[in-house]
Amino acid sequence: MINVIINNKKLQVEEGSSIIQACEKAGVEVPRFCYHEKLKVAGNCRMCLVDVDGRNKPVASCAAVVHEDMVVRTNTPVIKKAREGVMEFLLANHPLDCPICDQAGECDLQDQAMKYGSGSSRFFEDKRAVQDKYMGPLIKTHMTRCIHCTRCIRFATDIAGVEEIGAFGRGEEMEVSTYVGKAITSELSGNMIDICPVGALTSKPYAFKARSWELKKTETIDVSDAVGSNIRVDTRGMEVFRVLPRLHENINEEWISDKTRFSYDGLRNQRLDRPYVRVGGVLKPSTWEEAMSLISKKISRLKGKEIGAIIGDMADAESIMVLKDIMKHFDSPNMDCLPDGIHMDIKNRSSYLFNTTIAGIEESDLCLIIGSDPRHEATMVNARLKKRSMVGGFKVFSVGNSVDLTYPVQHLGADVSILEEIAKGKHKISSALKAAKKPMMIVGYGALSRNDSPAILKLCDKILSQYKFIQKDWNGFNVIHTAASTVAALDLKFVPQLGGMDAKNIINSVVNNDLKFLYLLGADGISTANIKNKSFIVYQGHHGDRSAHVADVILPGAAFTEKDATYVNLEGRAQRTRICTNPPGNAKEDWVILKDIADQIGIKLKYTNKSELHESMCKISPSFCELDSVSREVWGGCGVKGKVSDEKISNIEMNYYMSNSICRSSKIMASCIGKILKGTTMVRG
Amino acid sequence: MLQSKNKIFTNLSGTDKVDLASSKKRGDWIDAKKIISRKPNLIIEEVKKSGLRGRGGAGFSTGTKWEFMPKQSSKPKYFIVNADESEPGACKDRDLLRREPHKLLEGILYACYAVGANTAYIYIRGEFFREAEILQKAIDEANKDGLLGKNALGSGFDCFVHVHRGAGAYICGEETALLESLEGKKGMPRLKPPFPAVAGLYSCPTTINNVESICVVPAILKRGADWFASLGTKNNTGTKIFSISGHVKNPCNIEEELGIPLKVLIEEYAGGVIGGWDNLLAVIPGGASVPLITKETCNNVKMDFDSLKDVGSGLGTGSIIVMNKTTDIIHAIERISRFFMHESCGQCTPCREGTGWVWRLMKKIRTGEGTPEMIDDLYDITTRIEKHTICAFGDAAAWPVQGLIKNFRKDMESRGKKKLRNKV
Repeated sequence: MINVIINNKKLQVEEGSSIIQACEKAGVEVPRFCYHEKLKVAGNCRMCLVDVDGRNKPVASCAAVVHEDMVVRTNTPVIKKAREGVMEFLLANHPLDCPICDQAGECDLQDQAMKYGSGSSRFFEDKRAVQDKYMGPLIKTHMTRCIHCTRCIRFATDIAGVEEIGAFGRGEEMEVSTYVGKAITSELSGNMIDICPVGALTSKPYAFKARSWELKKTETIDVSDAVGSNIRVDTRGMEVFRVLPRLHENINEEWISDKTRFSYDGLRNQRLDRPYVRVGGVLKPSTWEEAMSLISKKISRLKGKEIGAIIGDMADAESIMVLKDIMKHFDSPNMDCLPDGIHMDIKNRSSYLFNTTIAGIEESDLCLIIGSDPRHEATMVNARLKKRSMVGGFKVFSVGNSVDLTYPVQHLGADVSILEEIAKGKHKISSALKAAKKPMMIVGYGALSRNDSPAILKLCDKILSQYKFIQKDWNGFNVIHTAASTVAALDLKFVPQLGGMDAKNIINSVVNNDLKFLYLLGADGISTANIKNKSFIVYQGHHGDRSAHVADVILPGAAFTEKDATYVNLEGRAQRTRICTNPPGNAKEDWVILKDIADQIGIKLKYTNKSELHESMCKISPSFCELDSVSREVWGGCGVKGKVSDEKISNIEMNYYMSNSICRSSKIMASCIGKILKGTTMVRG
Repeated sequence: MLQSKNKIFTNLSGTDKVDLASSKKRGDWIDAKKIISRKPNLIIEEVKKSGLRGRGGAGFSTGTKWEFMPKQSSKPKYFIVNADESEPGACKDRDLLRREPHKLLEGILYACYAVGANTAYIYIRGEFFREAEILQKAIDEANKDGLLGKNALGSGFDCFVHVHRGAGAYICGEETALLESLEGKKGMPRLKPPFPAVAGLYSCPTTINNVESICVVPAILKRGADWFASLGTKNNTGTKIFSISGHVKNPCNIEEELGIPLKVLIEEYAGGVIGGWDNLLAVIPGGASVPLITKETCNNVKMDFDSLKDVGSGLGTGSIIVMNKTTDIIHAIERISRFFMHESCGQCTPCREGTGWVWRLMKKIRTGEGTPEMIDDLYDITTRIEKHTICAFGDAAAWPVQGLIKNFRKDMESRGKKKLRNKV
């Protein structure tokens, strides 16, 4: 620790911290534009100048490091004048179009002009005008407003890992633009909107929709992938207007993926707002009473083996729990939470979690990725890997498809034999693995969706024990899940019970008419093409998506923004969503619907309200009790010995912008496919 | 006046050939082997003792700069010659490059040896196309002759010299912007610290020196630090090339001792001011980025770092721009302001936005649209650029205007009034 004096206040700060950090610690506000905690220091806006005793000119506090007995002053006339000067320079060529600017109300320039500006202008020249740039379907640009802080450039280069944005020209004519007018091909691009201190980069879908101060802000979590990014949902009335990230150092830091941020318009379209019942082959609007009594009538006399249930990617833990209790009542073993053909070892909790934890990635020094594309399957995990990679001394190897993860990855191939060689210590990377102090392994669904996946897992287990993956205080085994519901469902053991069928077999037996009753809790990831509806199918969910079309009864549920519900992320961290808006029409919260069904059938559940439900969930897995915490699970190995096939390991096919029912209903996501994925981008915007 | 025996650059006027043989006849590469058999720290010591101050403008001690280089380093070390001479008024390096290239190469060898760098880059201004050719030819000759390259002069020391042509940006003459440009990035100055000696080119220890500074090093090492220190004045030792341009009868580059009176330089070497000394209006003594000095000051001022600082200006690169009374001084400084607006890299707010603003106000004042309040504002704006930027470019853009306002405020005001009267 180092002693510094800031505005006559003595304090101790950590060695190596910058003056601006020291000032923050001292509670002294230092205005800034280009400085951002998570980005490299640029020091170009000159707003954060402070006086340091012994220096003949003001010092940029973001770039200067504190030293012992440094005396810093931020309240001198020199600094006041310097700040006024910088504000004046920035405003000289900045259009004062706040009344039509989307950033107004949350604009750094606006706020700081109020506090540090001189209050009058003496700039009577013509203002500079800059042509707007095309940056894709998500980012709207108004480059005349740009103050050249280069935050977006630094973000794109260092965090998103796409060097697609930079500054052209010099001096007054400097312009920030994408290279050759193409859309930014990053799944983190939306964050540039947040870090832009002015209205130069704003959200295209949100443009001119609302004013920031009119919106109700609700802090919740995201369910578009298994990461559980912390978000803030801004709503007005029944409508979600935008989604913003919320700081969580252990999960998403202050970033979120574009899917999280921009799929919100899917919450408006294709919504199920009333129950439907199939009459004469056609789905007709109905009432809750009618739908419930029909379900009760159909299911009551069936045996357990004739009933099946599959849950989808956004089901919450509460409804999974109730559904499981209903299935238990019928003694049905046919339940599954994983998409087609994925096998998971659930003996120990540690064998299906991301044990290293997302923040733990920063401690690791080597990463072996097997059958996964973290960039698209778990974007925030990839962002952390990128962050670790930027520090240096981090080797990444991958087995499976060769994909661009935005940081250097040595692709070893796709043959299973590579894993065998590594397990035997005979592969060329074995020495690197041996030397690694904290290696980590990431196993994706590409390796787990095979027929021989238990044997593959065993092979992974062998590799884990061969090297230092598992240590007393380090667990380097990680599974990347793609759905928000999966870990909670695995915790609640919503998997095929003894003699039960998995999702694939359940669908097959529906097709073969062996199964009489199928309950789909938001399960849209299943293949429904061959289902001809002789068995009775109930679909509960919030969107009229793929599976709703084959249902005999549709029950309208609530989306994640419309319920207080628990989700467990891939690290095993339980978090709750909060009600941001009410569900549309007659839709209800999901666990309530299932509880109503149970009541209708006459099942006596152990709980009558949510807190009792939470208590019984805790009894099954204590992780549900302790919100936002990760417990280090005991490692007990994984996989089953068996023969591995020589089929190559390939990552799962995934359309990043269309991976769940909300995205599929989103026009914004649809436009991303055309303009970002397909690359038809030479459009002047 | 400099005695001819003390002249370092005997071919500055270009009377002799520049090939290796002719250069050797003029004394280049003589005793080179003996010099690099000395210990590196002794060479640094000698240069430090000579009191040589960097000739690029800042006037920082060259020997001290070399001393900053870490003795032990796990990374390679680099030595860079800044030949991006772009200061309006300056043309000394250009003549050195085309007439004394072997002095530069010899100096590079000693400098590389002293700081322990095996690779040297000469970052040459892009417009100096012929000079780059001459330089490359000289490097090829030296390599062929075993003076440079692997095992230079059989000393066991490797010294590889490369020429890199810039693309025509004034700011790339700023040492850290030069490094960025050399790395293939946009030429924008870096934040300091870390200084180049710690993390320079490719984050490796790097020393950057001006062409002239390096060209005089062989003479210092051959004739001794004491000889060099005996020239010039205390704290401003040695000789310096002055580029004299503007309203003089004979514009020229001339080597003289530091501390020579400005009047002597102009009268003796440049043939005097056109229209006589009394026709002198003002002089910019150190290239476009220093404040001008009026005739009164010119009468007695001596040309060295400290004397010029005392009169509120600077020696800079020693580029003397002489303006007689036919000059529209406001127009002249406005043109300089425009130059700085055009060359600002655009990184820091005050410089990016301020240089353009300053030029626009200058233009208004020049055309008679100015008011006394506008001049006050202009001065105030320059003080808000000065000292508030990453590099010294902001200061350089502010000083000429400040110099004008300090010395010619009355002219600026009267021009506005005249216009106002005419309108009525």
